[in-house]
Amino acid sequence: MATSIEQQSKGKKDGEIRYLTPLNIDTNKKAKYCMFQKSGIKYVDYKDPDFLMRFINEQGKILPRRLTGTSLKYQRKVAVAVKRARHLALMPYVADLLK
Amino acid sequence: MEYVILSPKLILILLAVKNKTPNFAPNLIIKTIFMNHYETVFILNPVLSDDQVKETVKKYEDFLVSNGAKMVSKENWGLKKLAYPIQNKKSGFYHLFEYTVDGDVITPLEVEFKRDERFMRYLTVALDKHAISWAERRRVKLKQKA
Repeated sequence: MATSIEQQSKGKKDGEIRYLTPLNIDTNKKAKYCMFQKSGIKYVDYKDPDFLMRFINEQGKILPRRLTGTSLKYQRKVAVAVKRARHLALMPYVADLLK
Repeated sequence: MEYVILSPKLILILLAVKNKTPNFAPNLIIKTIFMNHYETVFILNPVLSDDQVKETVKKYEDFLVSNGAKMVSKENWGLKKLAYPIQNKKSGFYHLFEYTVDGDVITPLEVEFKRDERFMRYLTVALDKHAISWAERRRVKLKQKA
């Protein structure tokens, strides 16, 4: 055995890829914003399912504010409004291909 | 609506009178002081005829008014398709009441809803100041459309 364990650890690790030029990864440069604060809406209406559609996904689940950009204050209100709309059968609890 | 500023002591006395003597005659006046703004949406069974629907709506409107409620608005959304079946039915008559009333009336009202077989769903929500202004703007918008 010519190479000891110490020698191996000093050497290049297997699977490590090095690039000469930095990778071009596209990131979204547009900052997200809370549409309620921007447009000055103070109340989220549960009677308007078409509007609430923007805050749910294809399965009818409420989207996280990580994705929608809604502020915490209004995310809570959106969640309550969606749940009220579901209770009144204005929106489905479960669905697929909603959009 | 007119607002009158009352001292905390007076409010406590009025509350005590309201709760202890429910049949006391000036109670209706006292009750108007503790009015809150509410909104109720309910879904009626689609097998009912138009007259039966009208009768049901009238009954609960009378119930509210007789308990000292002030109707702000009534809306009839008509026969709407449900997002999912309720009691194996795929549609229902939607109605909306907006009113101001003492909070003690809401519980008996919902008990009546529960007992009534014509009701498939109901939801009563207290409105805060933003909700009230939203509701007013909504009414104006609906009027313009109509």
